[in-house]
Amino acid sequence: MTVLTLQDVRYRYAGASAWALDGIDLAVAPGEVVGLTGANDAGKSTVCLVGAGLAPGAIGGRLEGTVLIDGTPSSELPSYLAAQRCGILFQNATTQLTGTTATVWEEVAFGPRNLGLEVEAIVERVAWALRLARVEHLSGRQPDRLSGGQAQLVALASFLALRPQILVLDEPTSQLDPAGTRLVGETLAGLARDSGTALLIVEHKTDLLESLCTRVLVLEAGRIVLDGPAAAVLADERLAGYGVEAPSRVRLARALRSGGLEPDVALDGRPGR
Amino acid sequence: MLRPPDGFYRRLNPVTKLAIALCTAVLAFVVRGWSPPLALLVGVGLIVAGTHLGRAFLPFVLATLPLLASILLINTFLYPGATDTILVIGPLRATGSGLTVAGQASLRILAFALSVAVFALTTPTDDLLADLERRGMGRRGSFVIGSAFQAIPRLATRAREVADSQRARGLDTEGSAWRRIRGIVPLAGPLITGALSEVEERAMALEARAFSAPRRRATIRPMPDSRVQRIGRWLLVGITLALVLATFTGRLALP
Repeated sequence: MTVLTLQDVRYRYAGASAWALDGIDLAVAPGEVVGLTGANDAGKSTVCLVGAGLAPGAIGGRLEGTVLIDGTPSSELPSYLAAQRCGILFQNATTQLTGTTATVWEEVAFGPRNLGLEVEAIVERVAWALRLARVEHLSGRQPDRLSGGQAQLVALASFLALRPQILVLDEPTSQLDPAGTRLVGETLAGLARDSGTALLIVEHKTDLLESLCTRVLVLEAGRIVLDGPAAAVLADERLAGYGVEAPSRVRLARALRSGGLEPDVALDGRPGR
Repeated sequence: MLRPPDGFYRRLNPVTKLAIALCTAVLAFVVRGWSPPLALLVGVGLIVAGTHLGRAFLPFVLATLPLLASILLINTFLYPGATDTILVIGPLRATGSGLTVAGQASLRILAFALSVAVFALTTPTDDLLADLERRGMGRRGSFVIGSAFQAIPRLATRAREVADSQRARGLDTEGSAWRRIRGIVPLAGPLITGALSEVEERAMALEARAFSAPRRRATIRPMPDSRVQRIGRWLLVGITLALVLATFTGRLALP
């Protein structure tokens, strides 16, 4: 059983001649935390859009292969139904917030209200999502007065309030400083642990992927070139060739070895001294 | 999640305040004579005093000054067909009838601008939208109106960012009028493309939050309304229509 399945998926943006995704096979199990990395233009964001049912549903383009969201082909799901099964968090926190609500509480309630839920159910869902995203203390704040990290967590809570089986996060920390990145990272770790929501995290920051994911995939030119346990993939010697920087732990081990020193502990998958 | 309003006028239902603003604006422009705009200004003044708007009101007053000055000057000195000269300055002649028209027009514009300002300063946009949606306006309609209001400060911020970054790359936007005009093109391009790209991102984010779901949304922010206010609104609209009708049929002649 998987919550998101891509089988031999090819996708081309409207007006483009080249395939942005070219034969992607990917399956995410319930509660699994999967990382996806790769150089710019490798197709990472496209995987997010296709996986969430927004491509070609909302933005057009041509899709070949099969995309199953919680067992249902994405082509059979209107966007509002897809949103309840697969949430997507984009890079830019400010464009994800509606800009029309007075408080964070109302911002998070926007999605459940769209579903036509009763007030009691909305209140319950918003409280749950705010707690899970660790932003309960912000509920009365104006959404446009938040820091980058806070806004990203509020956006996360907004998608959680739709209770999706899987959340796709497209470089959620790319516009955040180290403190904001740490804040979002800790929240995602707690989310994966406490809610059972599966996460597909697209990131350049491999340290973050290493701390969160059990499995990591590397994408190059629209194809998956590495797929395996996070520790093994992120220590793979070919990573740099795919335009991905290894985590600091691995780089430290390599630097020590190049200086003729052997680390005491296993830093890069190889046994320590 | 309600923001506690303070003062009687602020506590009124947003639609009541909208009705007051619209009726004031219509009456200010349609009903002829000195007394209607003067009476409306007194009314607006009382509301301003009651709501303690204070300094927040000042920019709205100042914003009308250039328009009022031009109306006064043009009508007083260049009113077509007027012969009752009251002052001669070189080739220009100020006329009494021109001054009368200018004075009445200025009062109308002032009454209109200040009634809109009172509404804007006492009614949060989201309160108005929440109430209009509760009354049956579609979510798309309310979202478009809300976004339009919110887009203005966002665009202003983006324009400043684009201008700063272009200046940092050597673009000269200060000095003569020609330099300023020449500087608009490299500012407008990034501003428009950036805004379009933001619209696309927002549209996708909305789809991802079930915005297109066909069900009716629950009201989570009930706005205070009362029988007195409902009757008051209908009365206000009725009186306004009657005054407009009487003005157009020539049955109303106020000083």
